[in-house]
Amino acid sequence: MVRFILRRLGFMVLTVILASIIIFWATAVLPGDVATMVLGRYATEEAKTELRHELGLDKPVPEQYANWLGDYVRGDWGASPSMDTVVRPVVFERLRNSMMLALVAFAMYVPLGIFLGLLAALRKNTWADNLISVGSLAFIGLPEFVSGTFLIAIFSIQLGWFPSQSAIDPNASFLESFPLLILPAVTVALTSLAYVVRMTRSSTVDVLQMDYVRTANLKGLPPRRVLFVHVLRNSLLPTITVVAIGIGWLIGGLIITESLFSYPGIGRLLLFAIQRRDMVLIQATALLIVIIYVVANLLADVLYAALNPRIRYT
Amino acid sequence: MVEPNLTDESFDTAIMDETMATEVLGPEGGRPRPKQWRLYWRRLRKRPAALVGTVVFCFFLFLAVFGPWVAPYDYQKQDAKLRLDSPTVSHPFGTDQFGRDIFSRIVVGTRNIFLIGGLGTLIAVVIGTAVGLLAGYIGGMGDEVMMRLLDVLLSFPSLLLAMVLLAAAGPSSRNVVLVVALLYIPMVGRVVRSMVLDLKNKEFVEAARVRGEKRSYILFREILPNSLPPLLVEASMRFSYSIFLVASLGYLGLGVQPPSPDWGLQINEARNFFQIAPWVLLFPACVIAVLVIATSLMSDGLRQVMLPGGGRN
Amino acid sequence: MAIAIQGQVPSDGAAKAPRPVFEIEGLHIDYTTEFGVLHAARNVSLSVHEHESFGLVGESGSGKSTLAMGSIRYLASNGKVSDGSVRLNGVELLGLSPKQLRELWGSSIGVVYQSPLSALNPSIVIGKQLAEVARQHLGMDASAAKARVVEMLTKVAMPDPEAVMKRYPHQLSGGMLQRCVIAMALMTNPSLLVMDEPTTALDVTTQAVVLDLVAELKREFDSAILYITHDLGVVTKICDRVGVMYAGEFMEQAGLRELFSRPLHPYTLDLLGCVPRFDPTPEKRSLVTIPGAIPRVDELPPGCIFAPRCEFVQPACTEARPPLVEVAPEHHSACRRWPVVPVPSEYLREATEAVRASGSEARDVDILVEAKDTQVHFKAPRGVIRAVDGVDLKVAVGQTLGVVGESGSGKTTVARAIIGLTPATGGDITLRGKSLPRSTGKRPRSTLREIQMVFQNPDASLNPTRTVGDAIMRPLSLLAGVDHDEAKRRAQDLLRSVSLPVSYFDRLPHELSGGEKQRVAIARAFAAEPEFILCDEPISSLDVSVQGSLMNLLMQLQVEKHTSYLFISHDLSAVQHLADAIAVVYLGHVMEIGDATKVLAPPFHPYTEALLSAVPLPDPDVKQKPIRLGGSVPSAMYVPAGCRFHPRCPRFLGDLCANEEPPWREGEGDHRIYCHIPLDHLTHLQAETLVFGEGDSPGENA
Repeated sequence: MVRFILRRLGFMVLTVILASIIIFWATAVLPGDVATMVLGRYATEEAKTELRHELGLDKPVPEQYANWLGDYVRGDWGASPSMDTVVRPVVFERLRNSMMLALVAFAMYVPLGIFLGLLAALRKNTWADNLISVGSLAFIGLPEFVSGTFLIAIFSIQLGWFPSQSAIDPNASFLESFPLLILPAVTVALTSLAYVVRMTRSSTVDVLQMDYVRTANLKGLPPRRVLFVHVLRNSLLPTITVVAIGIGWLIGGLIITESLFSYPGIGRLLLFAIQRRDMVLIQATALLIVIIYVVANLLADVLYAALNPRIRYT
Repeated sequence: MVEPNLTDESFDTAIMDETMATEVLGPEGGRPRPKQWRLYWRRLRKRPAALVGTVVFCFFLFLAVFGPWVAPYDYQKQDAKLRLDSPTVSHPFGTDQFGRDIFSRIVVGTRNIFLIGGLGTLIAVVIGTAVGLLAGYIGGMGDEVMMRLLDVLLSFPSLLLAMVLLAAAGPSSRNVVLVVALLYIPMVGRVVRSMVLDLKNKEFVEAARVRGEKRSYILFREILPNSLPPLLVEASMRFSYSIFLVASLGYLGLGVQPPSPDWGLQINEARNFFQIAPWVLLFPACVIAVLVIATSLMSDGLRQVMLPGGGRN
Repeated sequence: MAIAIQGQVPSDGAAKAPRPVFEIEGLHIDYTTEFGVLHAARNVSLSVHEHESFGLVGESGSGKSTLAMGSIRYLASNGKVSDGSVRLNGVELLGLSPKQLRELWGSSIGVVYQSPLSALNPSIVIGKQLAEVARQHLGMDASAAKARVVEMLTKVAMPDPEAVMKRYPHQLSGGMLQRCVIAMALMTNPSLLVMDEPTTALDVTTQAVVLDLVAELKREFDSAILYITHDLGVVTKICDRVGVMYAGEFMEQAGLRELFSRPLHPYTLDLLGCVPRFDPTPEKRSLVTIPGAIPRVDELPPGCIFAPRCEFVQPACTEARPPLVEVAPEHHSACRRWPVVPVPSEYLREATEAVRASGSEARDVDILVEAKDTQVHFKAPRGVIRAVDGVDLKVAVGQTLGVVGESGSGKTTVARAIIGLTPATGGDITLRGKSLPRSTGKRPRSTLREIQMVFQNPDASLNPTRTVGDAIMRPLSLLAGVDHDEAKRRAQDLLRSVSLPVSYFDRLPHELSGGEKQRVAIARAFAAEPEFILCDEPISSLDVSVQGSLMNLLMQLQVEKHTSYLFISHDLSAVQHLADAIAVVYLGHVMEIGDATKVLAPPFHPYTEALLSAVPLPDPDVKQKPIRLGGSVPSAMYVPAGCRFHPRCPRFLGDLCANEEPPWREGEGDHRIYCHIPLDHLTHLQAETLVFGEGDSPGENA
């Protein structure tokens, strides 16, 4: 078990390093000259050269990479030319916002997804199951900007329950911001909901066919006990992994949703950085997102291994 | 006395899955069967959702092929007088901020999405299959290395990776195709590899080795034909996700560029006029929704129909 | 509402006649499938008394499992009982509400089925799973339940019950798990115990232990047992009465001895003839073949369902379906011509024929294939897996070497090493004296042509996307260099030689039955006319009657083509039927090898002895000394020092066996035993191990 964790940890580090290389390389070949962007088209060639030197852009790329990585690990994420401020605090503030949104979405789709998936599996081939299955299939490929648009159209424009833009005030508390979070959270949650429903249904259907469920029923145990003690313990295990992987979807969904609702989160920050060709900001933000995602996956794997006796006691 | 079986209690788990006829008849129940395709068709007919999805998909496919001839107007033609006109008989979906006919733009956009998404998926499937076959059959160190590399690619949130790559390479249709292909190669590769690993140890493959077949023969004549059903299912699922991706990238402005009638792009451009001319945004949105849902239903239907565990789910 | 269901032995002594505990009357069970409504069980009746064990015997499609599960009303969502009555202790089961049914299941009925590992929840410790029953139905609290669990585990001879209770299912062996499941089923002293092929997935020696256990528990608990199996040998070990089912109906029901000595239905008679007997005679005889195939339940003939395959059929048989009637005391038959059914001993002699001389007699036969000191070692993270650890085998031209072993013996790995699929890591494999490259890939085509293989799993032996004709033609064109038209002609001939209609040429594998697929695999193996065919458990997954006909086919082809076989199986009966020489393998090493007649007569290697005493023979009169092995097969990573069998050997001597490798003891002919005990000593000790009927041991009449 310990070896398992160490191996996964090693793999995680490897992944993050490779990711950092990809990100750095991608930004290094960004079309457009940073100096021109920052100083403007009419700046002198001298000034640009000086700026490039200041930013370390005249050094060979691998060296730049090493410097950047070293700085990053130490917490120095540089200064953003386009926002004209130190990067780290901004990123963390935006991260906090995104986490709020993600948490609200998470609270919505995980319990509901598991419940609906279970319901569909237990009522297999009835109208309830068909509705849930087809519904989840439909939502799974629906881009957030489409579902978000419809939600805005209905709840914001038609019914006027929620505002259509969610530019929250950075100083406001969670509770105050909450109403603004609802529509974006629902938007993000929809796709992930579909995903969780399908996985839960499929793994529960598998478990229900197992011999040990037959044994449990033939032992005369009440149905509730068979379900909660015997079935769920095994069928939710894969769901945990899936929920964790779904965080990857969540992140992607966040980017689009934040853009749609003008929500000041980290996804929107990344988009902004890309549009401005702000190398420093792109690097910092993208790598942070990747790290979060990879860590979430690792935690999911560890959790799964811890809960599955077959791996725990090999 | 006719006795009903156990009735549903609210959480009754004693309702077992259906017993397949083959279990009742036993392994001696062999008899000539109709050709495979007819069997698939028969099963598909019994699943209304999948059937609907397939029909709708085919309709869009038709639009993709014959789009420019079906569209009543040239999608680029601007008409300043008709800007932001609400739907009328002559312009059934209304016009956009440049006076272009939305209906035509959507129809031509179908070809766009099918080409970009479809091409990307096709490349991914071809290369992914090759990689999967190779890795699965060779095994050992080569397999490990290849899989680790693919895993790394897989461990990125896809949209993020796409964004970063497109930012580096510059947004254009060609780059979107390449990015889609790159993103999906690992997934296809994994699926194919697991099929190969599964089949590699089957007795008929071993029988081929025992009679001295060459490796290439075994890969292409024994293993590949048996991997086709899952491959087809995976390919259609990938395609439906590629629509998602391409549209999303268009929406973010990182994909196809104007004046292309990309649906995502149309939605992006239409955001500003949402309050005054909602149809400019809603129609492309609906169309994306319909195509995505149809493709999902169709690929899930394919999965149920073609794969042995077809009775489940 | 509590139902009075516990079976109680009347307190005034057992003078009263045992009353029927479980009664099924006129039961009909249907399934609604994509092929329409299947009547899986039709008009079935039986009754089981307390302390009695009723054996339900049948092949695939017989409906035996459907009957067992359906009678306790545990059916799939598309199955239902459409008519009839089922009573447990007088209470009608078919009218109960789901809640009452659950109560019944838990407290009055215990169920044990085939795979113990999948029968238990992998995420919950054993102790808790067993305790659940006690807490739910015996009203016990946690500590009382725990005590009860320990009590039950002790009753099933579980070593160290307290430790076992804390384990998860995947940490125990199959035999131990099945004992836990039995303990769980018997915890409430149920009136009815349903056992559905409980030992099929276990090794022969483990099976023997479990069968002993069941026989013992039968005496101790009051339960009536409904025991389902396809194995006629197992039936003789624990059943008092037997019912034979065929395609959904009962053909015959009788007491154990009556059924075996004087069956009154042609199907039973034929079934008895399909099973190989332990009877090494100078010649190899064929087995009874039942022509035709088991009918599908949706394609039944109008009259007697066995009529199309019956040799005693008359026109009246095909007109109306004969009911199951009592034709002799406690003996029911569904055959209207029951008086005509001959006695098995006469019938077997007439219905079978001598196929060839037994190879034990031939002396100067050349050796075709030889394996010398073969080793197959795998590197694992924690050590080396010594799957095959120095095996010597010899196969003579035109003869069969049978290799017998249980799980972990390495017998399949040896076969794979010989054919090159899993290259040997040590030792030498020769064909006519010439060394062969270890891996198939490196062998020249001429060699590959000479050595072919028939695999275990008929469903996976054939490429699902290839027609039967293609599959057979391929080796012809690849290995024999034959052109297309000639290949097609020869392929059709081959189909005929394996008794398949030529019309099968264009069929795909999924359009064939299991037995038919295996015939195609055999045809394919014979296509390029090899000298040597490796058969790796080719018949284990097939029905008894199909096994018989395939064994006949193999023997007949051997005579026609003068091919040698290496026949690998865990089934000692099949091996001794086909083989001229036998090798017994344990944990990667040969324990005993020699002519079949010599190996099956004393002196035996202690392991062979244990196998012989464990094999369930379809003969109620045979006496087998209960020599049982404790523990289970150790992992091939930790092979015991000295004689690798010593930790389990019932004739363990002491330090000698534990520290030193045994010598090879030479017996008559090529008979060799790998043991420290001298041969004459063994002969003396083992005279009583296997005794047939009037006290004849096999081999004495040779």
